[in-house]
Amino acid sequence: MADDTDPAIAAKAGPRGRDVAIASQWQLIWWSFRRHKLAMVGIWVIGLFYLVSLFAEIVAPDDPSEQNRRAVFHPPQMIHFIDRQEDGGWRIKPYVWEMDRERDPDTLAITYVPSGEKIYLQVFGRGDSYKLWGLFDWNVHLLATERPRDHYFLFGADRLGRDMFSRVIYGTRVSMSIGLVGVAIAMVLGIALGGASGYYGGRVDAVIQRLIEFTLSLPTIPIWLALAAALPPSWPVYQQYFVITLIVSLVGWTELGRVVRGRFLAMKNEDFVIAARLDGATERRIIFRHMLPSLTSHIIASLTLAIPLMILAETALSFLGLGLQPPAISWGVLLKEAQNIRSISQAPWLFIPGGFVVVAVLAFNFLGDGMRDAADPYGH
Amino acid sequence: MLLRYILKRILWMVPFLFAVSIVAFLLIQAPPGDYLTTYIAKLGESNEVLDQASIQNLRERFGLDQPLYVQYFKWVANLLQGDFGMSFEWRQPVSDLIWERMGLTVLLSFATLLFTWAVAFPIGVYSAVRKYSIGDYVATTLGFIGLATPNFLLALILMYIGVVHFGSDVGGLFSNEYKNAPWSLAKVGDLMQHLWLPMIVLGTSATASLIRIMRANLLDELNKPYVDTARAKGLSEFWLIMKYPVRVALNPFVSTIGWILPNLVSGAVVTAIVLSLPTAGPLMLQALLAQDMYLAGAFVLLLSSLTVVGMLISDILLVLLDPRVKYD
Amino acid sequence: MQGECPAGGTHQMNTPVIQIQDLNVGFSMRQGRVDVLHGISFDLHRGKTTCVVGESGSGKSVTARTILNMVPPPGVINGGRILFTPDGEETVDLTAMDPRGKQIRDIRGGRIGMIFQEPMSSLSPVHTIGNQIVEAIRLHRDVSKKDARQMAEEALRQVEIPTPEKALDRYAFEFSGGMRQRAMIAMALSCRPDVLIADEPTTALDVTTQAEILDLMAGLQRDLGMAIMFITHDMGVVAEIADEVVVMEKGHVVEKGDVHRIFDAPGHPYTRQLLGAVKRLEEPAAAKVRPAPDSGDILKVRDLQLHFEKREGFLQRVTDVTKAVDGISFDLRQGEALGIVGESGSGKTTVGRCIARVYDPQGGSVDYNGQDLIRAGKAELRDTRKQIRMIFQDPFASLNPRMTVKQLIAEPLIVNNVASGKALEARVAKLLTEVGLDPGMMERYPHAFSGGQRQRIVVARAIALEPKLVIADEPTSALDVSIRTQVLDLLLRLQAEMGLSFIFISHDMAVIRYFCDRVAVMFKGRIVEIGETEQIITDPQHPYTKALLSSVPISDPTQRGTRQRHRYQEPA
Repeated sequence: MADDTDPAIAAKAGPRGRDVAIASQWQLIWWSFRRHKLAMVGIWVIGLFYLVSLFAEIVAPDDPSEQNRRAVFHPPQMIHFIDRQEDGGWRIKPYVWEMDRERDPDTLAITYVPSGEKIYLQVFGRGDSYKLWGLFDWNVHLLATERPRDHYFLFGADRLGRDMFSRVIYGTRVSMSIGLVGVAIAMVLGIALGGASGYYGGRVDAVIQRLIEFTLSLPTIPIWLALAAALPPSWPVYQQYFVITLIVSLVGWTELGRVVRGRFLAMKNEDFVIAARLDGATERRIIFRHMLPSLTSHIIASLTLAIPLMILAETALSFLGLGLQPPAISWGVLLKEAQNIRSISQAPWLFIPGGFVVVAVLAFNFLGDGMRDAADPYGH
Repeated sequence: MLLRYILKRILWMVPFLFAVSIVAFLLIQAPPGDYLTTYIAKLGESNEVLDQASIQNLRERFGLDQPLYVQYFKWVANLLQGDFGMSFEWRQPVSDLIWERMGLTVLLSFATLLFTWAVAFPIGVYSAVRKYSIGDYVATTLGFIGLATPNFLLALILMYIGVVHFGSDVGGLFSNEYKNAPWSLAKVGDLMQHLWLPMIVLGTSATASLIRIMRANLLDELNKPYVDTARAKGLSEFWLIMKYPVRVALNPFVSTIGWILPNLVSGAVVTAIVLSLPTAGPLMLQALLAQDMYLAGAFVLLLSSLTVVGMLISDILLVLLDPRVKYD
Repeated sequence: MQGECPAGGTHQMNTPVIQIQDLNVGFSMRQGRVDVLHGISFDLHRGKTTCVVGESGSGKSVTARTILNMVPPPGVINGGRILFTPDGEETVDLTAMDPRGKQIRDIRGGRIGMIFQEPMSSLSPVHTIGNQIVEAIRLHRDVSKKDARQMAEEALRQVEIPTPEKALDRYAFEFSGGMRQRAMIAMALSCRPDVLIADEPTTALDVTTQAEILDLMAGLQRDLGMAIMFITHDMGVVAEIADEVVVMEKGHVVEKGDVHRIFDAPGHPYTRQLLGAVKRLEEPAAAKVRPAPDSGDILKVRDLQLHFEKREGFLQRVTDVTKAVDGISFDLRQGEALGIVGESGSGKTTVGRCIARVYDPQGGSVDYNGQDLIRAGKAELRDTRKQIRMIFQDPFASLNPRMTVKQLIAEPLIVNNVASGKALEARVAKLLTEVGLDPGMMERYPHAFSGGQRQRIVVARAIALEPKLVIADEPTSALDVSIRTQVLDLLLRLQAEMGLSFIFISHDMAVIRYFCDRVAVMFKGRIVEIGETEQIITDPQHPYTKALLSSVPISDPTQRGTRQRHRYQEPA
């Protein structure tokens, strides 16, 4: 009667035959996360977005604030990669068809018609100069026109002839980072208050619980609007940015606070935590060595699900004109341009930043869902 | 027993409303300078001068010389008598401006709430019972997209479609001929015809999350032993699912009203601005941009109170539905 | 009553009411089909009780559900038949029916009733008991609501639920576990079925409640004459109630036959193993080392008090007080194993946790070698906690899944600065060998071990600091019977080698008898009786102890009905 009944999990080998028996928490989480296909898509999309944010200056072909009176409401151009030449041969060289500006003789409306000329593009070609991360002078762009005086408009241009693609790229940097910074602030609030609530219990818990309930019951947008309206509009961009992030994170912490509190409360009475206490471990060691490692995966999942809320909040505020103010660029600021029904009926490409918002929020939700499902690989 | 519980719950609202009033008051106080200096400056812009007597009169009415807490109590005392202060943008008492708009806001929010439930409930049940069917995938995908699309973007897109493809402006809650008409049966009918678009715009994300909640709750309940018990009794599959797991999953579903309503009220502000609805949102935004703080404060207070009332309703519904929730 | 049918012909009376023939059920997974039942066959007879026994994962529950054609998804019936021959009717094949069809639904609840293990969750939480029983009746009987309610009330009376007319309008959560299971039985029998399938109906209940439910079922069978299929893992219960026994292991029927034959001459090694494990627990362990007669007391507990206060609301007012431990006193001698036995809610676990100072008792004293543990400060507690260690009930919950076995066992050594580096590793390896595990496995995580192995890791952690006293809180309850004795034998060996004293908390009289020199019987926060284990078992004095002992099933079918069952009514 040997006690060698292996449980099911030990019988299964990890991916590529790796040994489940010695797999740590993070390995198990990663293995179960990888099975979540949508979450994997999410992680790639988000990675791409942050990569673009990081290298916005290089990815954007133009200065996002540069106005061009000759390109007002220039429609989007498709990039072609296979260049067929007149002699019938072909080569791989990216180009766009040049568009000429014309005025309709009857309606006097401005239209753009193909001129039949090609504008060739060069990978890592030279273009406008910029200061990368505000540090290094450079002028290399991911896709630059061969002749510096030409321009191309992948996403079209707005009412001032500014290149929408470049603006969306810079907007990505601001909107995606507001999510991160906002979540960082929410995390500090959520973990501190939620942790105190769950760990001390009793009256502390009761007070913090009421505070959370109260915050949750407030309709967020009117409150944000009122807070944002109190900001002097003359503030510099970075100050606006910081305060808006703070306002936005005021809502994100409650959910996180509840998660942390619930986990702490449940875990405080788990046998393995009691066992650690009986082993003689100090309170510090119990919290950091025994409790936090099982909390981190849940906290990260909640944080991931909080980021899209922040992005949506910033977008709404800026859209209403109470968030970031031009010349700052964010997805919300860009969408404010689409508020005018006449503009969008003339230039529907002004909706493109909205598409970015939807894709980013979807990606974060997929990622967060996958992480939440994988957060506890020891599920009972 | 139930009545006592409701009374108790209503009493519980008092500290909440108190806290809400403090928040609203602080927001009124947030912009630099007090109400009167802003007012005088505004009047100055249009070359008007306020005589000393009316200045003194206003100063006393709002207790502007006194410490902040006295101002707060004066403000609350005035509120309780139905006096919300003056709007200097409109040169009218705030209370004259807000009630019709608040009424329409309440109507829109509750209509959307009912719409949301009516749509989310059957889809959520279907999604859970036919897990991984094509219908489930469609509902899940639409739900995800609905969650990720901001209200105002959806409103813009619908407006764009309306203008470009149908050549009509779909905004507003009334046709032109009824806009300033007194209330009549025809006006109510006109309102009903316009209500559906804001309802869809406003309700989409809430519907999406409710579908997800209903689906998740029901999936949990479908595996509970009491479902097996009912099946072993010989109940038909349809009835046993409707009578037992759906009934149990309904409780957390109903309790979502507590946070759906704040969301709807919030969303209604943005949506109303885009669709130019005569509800609280646009006027509040205007007031905020002009720093017309008594008007804005009144809206913040009333909108927040609305959500507190929503929580009360959800608690009462829950007690009626779930015998496990005790009255005391 | 409509259920009373004229007796069928003699031909029918001899046909088993249920014949399971070569039944094969598989779960279709992505990797292919996994069979959970490999061609099993057995019969159920009218008026007889057939016990299906096996350990977890043997396929007992799937068999039960398949009879009602309720195979849980993703399971499918791959072969075999289940023939059902109700009184006075033709034989039908249950597996051939549409699982959602009218035909099988008429049989479910109408001709075959079923009750489940968890009385807690088997009844709807949001419908009254009456509603659920009336529904069951009206599905199969064409009666008015009023008549159905009358019949439901009668059904509740039959299962001895007090004031049945009031009970009809109450919810499941307002009942105790035993009452809920009675209501379940009432519901399952409300249409007078030919067969009652009971899937571990008493496993979640206390032993005294279990005894009452078993008596009730036996009585109902006498009155109503249905066939009972009773699923259990407990050989004691089998000996108490079975006519026929079917032994299952990993989806196979390994042995079946008359209960006396199975107990007298088990044919299959697995049956012998099951019976052996139970039989060994019927007497004190042979290897037990008795404490020296002149050994002194290591622990003196005096008037221990712990009240749990339920606080509510913003002001945290005390709204309810539970006296979990209500004045407990006892002595523990050096090298002795003292058992604390009691049912759920008796406060036995709380006593153990008070001594380990997991909880802070409100009153009394715990004298350990002249030091009062209740008043010990932080530094003193750190010191005594090296000598007083604890073993928990659930080896899945008490090991942090995020730490390797090495880290887990090393934790007490590290935090108390006992060893580090190479010495630490050697120490862990030695401890693992001591509890019968391969030291080569120390880099593994707990999820790679079975329940029994995990409990050995917990034991290794407990003895790492060479303690004097071990508080073992139900250390074997979460384990299968065959593993139980192994863990107990390990503890006995360690006790002999290290001179350990034990406080051994359990609800299981057999385990206590095997392991403990003395036993204290707890009821509602108090010790009602304490003394030598053998003496208490052979000659209990307190009425509660009598009730408790008379409820423990005896795993010998020949002794069935030879003893008198005591019921304990608490004096008002």
